[in-house]
Amino acid sequence: MAQEMVTKADPADPMLEGLRDLASDWSADQEVFKSVHWGKAMMWIFLLSDTFIFSCFLTSYMTMRASVTEAWPNASEVFALTIAGNSIPLILIAIMTFVLISSSGTMAMAVNFGYRRDRRKTAALMFATALLGATFVGMQAFEWTKLIHEGVRPWGNPMGAAQFGASFFMITGFHGLHVSAGVIMLLIVASKVLRGHYDRSGDYSAVEIAGLYWHFVDLVWVFIFAFFYLW
Amino acid sequence: MNHATTPEIPADATVHEAGAHAGGQQHPIGVYLKVWGYLFVLSAMSYMVDYFQVQGIMRWVLIITFMLLKAGLIVAIFMHMAWERMALVYAILVPPLCLTTLVALMLIESDYTLWTRILFLDWGG
Repeated sequence: MAQEMVTKADPADPMLEGLRDLASDWSADQEVFKSVHWGKAMMWIFLLSDTFIFSCFLTSYMTMRASVTEAWPNASEVFALTIAGNSIPLILIAIMTFVLISSSGTMAMAVNFGYRRDRRKTAALMFATALLGATFVGMQAFEWTKLIHEGVRPWGNPMGAAQFGASFFMITGFHGLHVSAGVIMLLIVASKVLRGHYDRSGDYSAVEIAGLYWHFVDLVWVFIFAFFYLW
Repeated sequence: MNHATTPEIPADATVHEAGAHAGGQQHPIGVYLKVWGYLFVLSAMSYMVDYFQVQGIMRWVLIITFMLLKAGLIVAIFMHMAWERMALVYAILVPPLCLTTLVALMLIESDYTLWTRILFLDWGG
């Protein structure tokens, strides 16, 4: 019966073919994620759970911001920096965004060179990624220091709604923690690449798995940038 | 969402696709450089929204559009979702849709809280 349905479907339609694969993969009495490295599947599932954690933070931020009667502090002014006498709005956050996106670019290329078995280029690009990540965390530390000096606390601030501080420290703090953990993980994997660990095992998947985590950190920043800093 | 925003994959990428699952993802380096460029441009444009103080509906439309385009590019190309099997793609991308329910519920709740504060708690202060 099932065989009949399969033959009836138009084989030229990639969507139908994909759906057929989807149904047979999930209904097959064996592994679901065929030819996907187990570590990669597990990293994706971890990232899915992490998506829910960050979404909870961003949703509670939305709830707080939508329910306060006081004015929400203007992020454009709060995060402005005075450079050469001119106050430029949100400039630090913009630079942080570019740093993180660049680190994602170098990571994507590291994964590519990893699968080409180019040990030196892979390690170099991963160290560059880690360096950009560390720069990001450093700039975040600067930002925290600046805001704490200006009197922003989790329970209140001089600029407006008291909930601003709680959202800011919670969301950027948790993201910064992820970046820091990512930098450590990148350094470990990169040094293993350099020592030829993955050439001996013949499997460079660890680089791609580390890359997945790193890109996710960048992905979360895209949402934080849009909802917390630009909104 | 990344299905809609997935940029076209160069023809030679499909050659690698068969081998992509066996020996890992293998795509021409140009794809990554191009996406990197797109992400830079999109980030610059979303910063411009703030710099030129675009306000009102236009601000939210632009912010959300740039955000979704960037997220789509990162997930589809950098995280290789565009080349993964459908079983994995759906297992990862469908569950987060539940979050729209949470967001909708909390929007209603926050509206209720806001009006409670205004009407019964003397504007919350």
